Amino acid sequence: MLAVFKREFKAYFANPLGFIFLAVIFFFIGFGFYQMFGAGAPMVEFAVLFPAQVGILFFVIPVITMRLFSDERRTKTDQVLFTAPVKLINIVLGKFLASFVLYAISFAPTIIFQIIVMSFVSVNVFYYIYALIGAMLFGAALIAVGMFISSLTESPIISIIFTLVANVFIMFAGSFAGMISVPSTTNNIFETVWAFILKTFVNFLNGMDFVNVLSSFSNQALALKDIVFFVSITAAFIFLTERSLEKRRWS
Amino acid sequence: MIEVTGLSKRYGTYLAVENVSFSINKGEIVGFLGPNGAGKSTIMNILTGYLSLTQGKVTIDGFDIAENPEEAKKRIGYLPELPPLYTDMKVREYLNFVYDLKKVKFPKGPHIDEIMRLVRIDHVQNRLIRNLSKGYRQRVGFAQALIGNPDVLILDEPTVGLDPQQIIEIRNLITRLGKNHTIILSSHILSEIQAVCDRIIIINYGEIIADDLQDNLSEKLSTDHSLVARVICDDRDMLAALKTVKDVKDVVLLGKKESGAYDFEIIPEEGADIRAGVSNRIAERKKTLLSLTSNRLTLEQIFLKLTQAPNNDEARKMLGLNEQKDDISVDTSDIVIEMPTETEKEDEE
Repeated sequence: MLAVFKREFKAYFANPLGFIFLAVIFFFIGFGFYQMFGAGAPMVEFAVLFPAQVGILFFVIPVITMRLFSDERRTKTDQVLFTAPVKLINIVLGKFLASFVLYAISFAPTIIFQIIVMSFVSVNVFYYIYALIGAMLFGAALIAVGMFISSLTESPIISIIFTLVANVFIMFAGSFAGMISVPSTTNNIFETVWAFILKTFVNFLNGMDFVNVLSSFSNQALALKDIVFFVSITAAFIFLTERSLEKRRWS
Repeated sequence: MIEVTGLSKRYGTYLAVENVSFSINKGEIVGFLGPNGAGKSTIMNILTGYLSLTQGKVTIDGFDIAENPEEAKKRIGYLPELPPLYTDMKVREYLNFVYDLKKVKFPKGPHIDEIMRLVRIDHVQNRLIRNLSKGYRQRVGFAQALIGNPDVLILDEPTVGLDPQQIIEIRNLITRLGKNHTIILSSHILSEIQAVCDRIIIINYGEIIADDLQDNLSEKLSTDHSLVARVICDDRDMLAALKTVKDVKDVVLLGKKESGAYDFEIIPEEGADIRAGVSNRIAERKKTLLSLTSNRLTLEQIFLKLTQAPNNDEARKMLGLNEQKDDISVDTSDIVIEMPTETEKEDEE
């Protein structure tokens, strides 16, 4: 697992991809902080992520996950991985970890921002830590989704396109849910069924609303259900990735 | 060492490998021979655990590849058709990665140094794999397979795309490694298999059509003893003269290959050795014989015929029918060149 992690992490910096990723996130986080700082907003409520940055994460995370397995398959380098005496899940975890650590590093500047904030006003440092945990878990879930999609194809381009589609869906899931009006009164059985279907769909969309869950981390409290939400999505997609790779051996 | 019983592999409805069984003893060098698409790579991918099997059982040193993949994989070094190289890494970096991945126990630095010296890539160890030529990439792939010093080496077309010098080097390397490794090697080039393997398994349409020692097989396969003579002469006179040599069945003029010299293909009666007769006749006519070679391609052509048979039953029939004695064995001495012995100590590892 460690060998795969090391290789994969280094690979991000063997080409501009890793640098671009870090630069983009640094820029948006820094810009968000600058705006807030400049606007003189109450810094007590400084949170790691601002809505604008959440939006950008949906678009940049696919960049670091698109190659994870698709490229290996295209260049057949997966043969060295899958014929090594290593469990498949360890390879998957190594790759996941490489992306995740890169993502985590992109939040390093927020530590500096927090120190700046704390030197001006007294804030509870745990609020910052809660928000950071939220951001990490949120990123982990998106990375797991992206990694799964990259294990389905052998083209990084197809991988990134489908990951973007999935992410846009996740991003706007809450808004979609708000747009659907479920009739509260029904006249006959068909309408009842239809209302039920709509309601289920709306619930599903609300359940997909990562942003909503993420924002609750910034509410100066840590809720177990929010942690479980992201962790279970991450675990599910890591497992699915492993299954999808295993299935390929059988096809 | 390697035990394969009733192995089948199905891709959807396409049966890529059908009921293949063989067993390979420790220290054997076995060649998989077959045309492209015969199922060689599929079998190798299954042996190494890259692909699953649909039916059958594969054990490596007693460990089932399906049930105990980690133990089985530990004993295998695999060089796939396309070396699985990360082109964004440097050679040494890549080998370090493979070393870590395979969880090798030997001391890291010396082990990798030794392997790099063995396949002669130590002078490129700090270059990016991306910038290496095909031959060097192949060697890095070879080095990757050797890491951890596995007992079994599975090499899928190890010399494809290399220049003749490199082919010779790789073949010599395989021969040397064969002293203390079990090696399976695939190729669609007969002469290559002949140069390094003791035993040959011919695969076609996903089935084994022959599995025998090389000598037995070449006897069965080659029925054509024809010679090619290059003579400085006038073509028509010599053609007539050669036709009257004892035991000569037919002579075909192949054409002018050098200025003033013609090539003749001389086909003998079955089982006859006509070399002396031919050269004497040319001497009688006071002509100069430039070369006299057995028709080496013929063996390859017969192999082609065998594997191009409409089905495997037909091919087996051809094998069974062609059981004549053949004294013109294919000359492979020209492709065995003594290697310098500086890397010989690897064998003691």
